[in-house]
Amino acid sequence: MKKVSWKVLYFVVLLLIVPKQAAAMHIMEGFLPLEWAIFWWAVTLPFLIMGYRSIRAKVKENPETKMLLGLSGAFAFVLSALKIPSVTGSSSHPTGVGLGTILFGPLAMTVVGSIVLLFQSLLLAHGGLTTLGANAFSMAVCGPFIAYFVFKGATIVGWSFSLAVFLSAAFGNLGTYVVTSVQLALAFPSEVGGFIASFTKFAGIFALTQIPLAISEGLLTVVVMNFLKKYNLSELKLLRVLSKEAR
Amino acid sequence: MKKSLLLLFLVVILATFPLITQKGTEFGGADGKAEEAIIEIQPDYEPWFNSIWEPPGSETESLLFALQAAIGSGFIGYFIGVMRQKNKQATQEKEEKASHVTH
Repeated sequence: MKKVSWKVLYFVVLLLIVPKQAAAMHIMEGFLPLEWAIFWWAVTLPFLIMGYRSIRAKVKENPETKMLLGLSGAFAFVLSALKIPSVTGSSSHPTGVGLGTILFGPLAMTVVGSIVLLFQSLLLAHGGLTTLGANAFSMAVCGPFIAYFVFKGATIVGWSFSLAVFLSAAFGNLGTYVVTSVQLALAFPSEVGGFIASFTKFAGIFALTQIPLAISEGLLTVVVMNFLKKYNLSELKLLRVLSKEAR
Repeated sequence: MKKSLLLLFLVVILATFPLITQKGTEFGGADGKAEEAIIEIQPDYEPWFNSIWEPPGSETESLLFALQAAIGSGFIGYFIGVMRQKNKQATQEKEEKASHVTH
């Protein structure tokens, strides 16, 4: 009971600090006004804590899945390093969080995705520390959760495992950048047209660029998943990844 | 295996297609473009925090990106190797057991 009330209190305080006046891939360092930087940090933090607990519980339950967790991290690491040219004439990179989400659930990938973002902001000046909260929320919270629900949805509808994996990874990727556009539009509404005008603008930059990359990410995730299905069937069963028919 | 190769080939096509169709662009990062859009919407916005450390030039930056990809793919390669070996051993043991039974 006490625990619950603390959580409620946390979110109430969170609502209070939602900046009323907003001046807003990865959002560059310093490019999010202070109030928004703090706000997104505060939103992401609980997910990070839950994610850490989730990973610990999963690994304790099935220690043999540690290698798979490493693979999920490595996959996100590689994919987010690949800046791929896109049809809009600019480049962006996949997120790689879909694979780990299907294997370990969305919360676990919150931690993994945030670590990747931290690495990029510290060593590559890509993204930033002040904007890490916001970037982690889009790539490591929203992306995995979208991927998770798409995967579950596609499985319930009865689509094939490969198709579910593909859609899950692709939409997780695309969703990440839609959320980024929302974050930027919230912080930087246009003088004329406000939030919607800004959102269209940012979404035009991020989301369009991202469509071919989302497809690529979906395909790559299917490739890795097919390998896992062949060689790591027992672990997939432990993590309850495969639906009953696929088993 | 064949299916995987086909999928990988599709990814390569997706990545190279823009290089052919889009001329006269350097394929700069989408985040840089967003930066421009922010300045357009709010010309007086000043970034209030700078990166603690930035790679001194594009060469060092590409080194770090390559390193990131190399570390990741190194682990993936290791993973694939270990899993195949494990699988091989498991099937071998099974065969041995089966042959013991027949003897």
